[in-house]
Amino acid sequence: MARVRGDIELAGVCKTYDGEVMAVEGINLKIPDGAYCCLLGPSGCGKTTILRMIAGHEDPTDGEIVIGGENVVGLPPVARRTAMMFQSYALFPHLSVRDNIAFALRVRGQSKAERYAAVDRLMEKVRLTELADRLPAQLSGGQQQRVALARAAITEPRVLLLDEPLSALDEQLRIQMRQELRRMQQELGITFVHVTHTQLEAIALADVVVVMEKGKIRQAGPARDVYAYPRDRYVAEFLGGQNVLSGRVQSVDGDSIVVASPQLHGIEVPLRKGLVPEPGGDVDFAVRRDEVALVRPGASGPPPHGAAISSRVVAVEYQGSFVKVMLDTVPGREFVAYVPERRFFDDPLAIGDVVLATWPSQSARLLD
Amino acid sequence: MGLKIFKRYGASWLCILPLALVIVPFFLLPMLVVGAASFLQGDGFGGIIASPTLANYADLFTSKLTFDLYFQTIKFTVLTWAFSLLLGFFIAYFLVFHVRNQLLAIGLFLLCTVPFWTSNIIRMISWIPLLGKEGLINQAAMGIGLTHQPMEFLLFSSFAVVVAYVHQLTIFMIVPIFNSMARIDKRVVEAALDAGASRFDIMRLIIVPMSKSGIALGSIFVVSIVMGDFFVIKVMSGGGSASVVGAFYEDISVLQYPPAAASAVVLTFVVMGLVAAILRTVDIRKEIAP
Repeated sequence: MARVRGDIELAGVCKTYDGEVMAVEGINLKIPDGAYCCLLGPSGCGKTTILRMIAGHEDPTDGEIVIGGENVVGLPPVARRTAMMFQSYALFPHLSVRDNIAFALRVRGQSKAERYAAVDRLMEKVRLTELADRLPAQLSGGQQQRVALARAAITEPRVLLLDEPLSALDEQLRIQMRQELRRMQQELGITFVHVTHTQLEAIALADVVVVMEKGKIRQAGPARDVYAYPRDRYVAEFLGGQNVLSGRVQSVDGDSIVVASPQLHGIEVPLRKGLVPEPGGDVDFAVRRDEVALVRPGASGPPPHGAAISSRVVAVEYQGSFVKVMLDTVPGREFVAYVPERRFFDDPLAIGDVVLATWPSQSARLLD
Repeated sequence: MGLKIFKRYGASWLCILPLALVIVPFFLLPMLVVGAASFLQGDGFGGIIASPTLANYADLFTSKLTFDLYFQTIKFTVLTWAFSLLLGFFIAYFLVFHVRNQLLAIGLFLLCTVPFWTSNIIRMISWIPLLGKEGLINQAAMGIGLTHQPMEFLLFSSFAVVVAYVHQLTIFMIVPIFNSMARIDKRVVEAALDAGASRFDIMRLIIVPMSKSGIALGSIFVVSIVMGDFFVIKVMSGGGSASVVGAFYEDISVLQYPPAAASAVVLTFVVMGLVAAILRTVDIRKEIAP
């Protein structure tokens, strides 16, 4: 049998409830076959609705959902060859682990011997064999997740849809299970679509990160693109790791602009392709927190072509490999520098110290 | 030592004390009196002679009438149980899984209880003008030419008894089944759908097993009520059918207390046996304390 393709394409997908509430507004998205895609956004942004529409548990009000080249709108989940792993797993509480995993085969009319043979093979692979006869209530969170994953995978779907799969687990287990999900995806070689509101989870796992807000996609792309090169203020703030600043354009010259505000004096920001800010207009720009260097005033001047803003240290948090230093650079807004641990302790800063927050001009990024 | 036991269990004893104050004088003591009376002799005029005997039980177990009565009563019990289960299950299923609006579901659920705003007896009697020879159904059937003679099986028959019982008792099925179905996580049903289960598969493999405890509770209500009733059988069968309780009610009306007491004790054990059998199929504690 030729392998069925599991690439997904959403074209103009909309979903409204009761003809009024727009849950999803005209989503266009391509997920390549065998990719790990994370839909990332705060609760209520429509990410779960998209997942449920791909799964066939909800129908889009408008638009097309194409899986493997075939429009699947209106088809039941089985005909789509998708499988869903539900939030908090939705295991059948009255069935043993073995029967939970075998359920899909049972309703397909396989005999007991046949389906148990298939299930036992899979259980061995995901290390569930010794739990085969337990009920879901007798399992730990991590074990339940493995059962849910096995139950979804038993039918060899071409797309696996995961709704907040890690949210029911504690921190340590979450990181462990995250790796297991990724390993499983690579082993099965199928498309995974994973809904989460945790930024770290998304960028650690995904080939394609889709950042959503209020039913719309704000940015979609490889994890590094989304994290390091956010398109707009929302993405930059939601993914974290960036300081977002704003100001008025003073002048545009060549390939950069100069931005100023009451706190910022002539900060140079490189231009971005396709963005042409007007002099006198307001712009946002972002600076990665780990590109901000802190120097004591008068130590050795700011780097050439760099920005330097005098600020006071408000708080210091030790994070292990780096130190998070919070500054009062812009009143009422967070401005943080991630200082490598060793460099920080060469000359430790204390709360109240005045420093210069500096960064090379080319590392600032203009936002939409 | 007594103090030690009190310290350990005192709080628990205090907790059950109010219930015990009701159960002991109003349930346990009368049961003991009935039990004692069943082993004594009557003087034929309503008095009881204090000489122990097993004659009441011997008469009961050697009489063919006893077995006929149990056969009749159990027949009605099984029929009533089956129909009220069928109705109760599907009404609860409809309310929980098909009515999307929760407010509407609760409203419809309350609507199910509306008939209970009138007394049992009135609800039963009101079947008579409907089912009687000159009743609505017969008139309608003859009016549209379905039959030329009134259908006699409708009233004062086993049919009428079962109709009245099902009408009275279906709510006792609906409530506990609704309760256990309402606790089923909708995502579990969706997961079954996702695995490719048909509507029937979902019912058979997910919903029925997960509402088992509600079905068991409802069955206990229905079985124990029908087994312990005589009035509906008496009125709706027009005297054509008898029941276990009906028989010892007759004994009491002719002042034969000890034989009536013996029948009551036997019935109690039979019903306890049935309830125990039902409870064996489910873990009822799960329903009470999830």
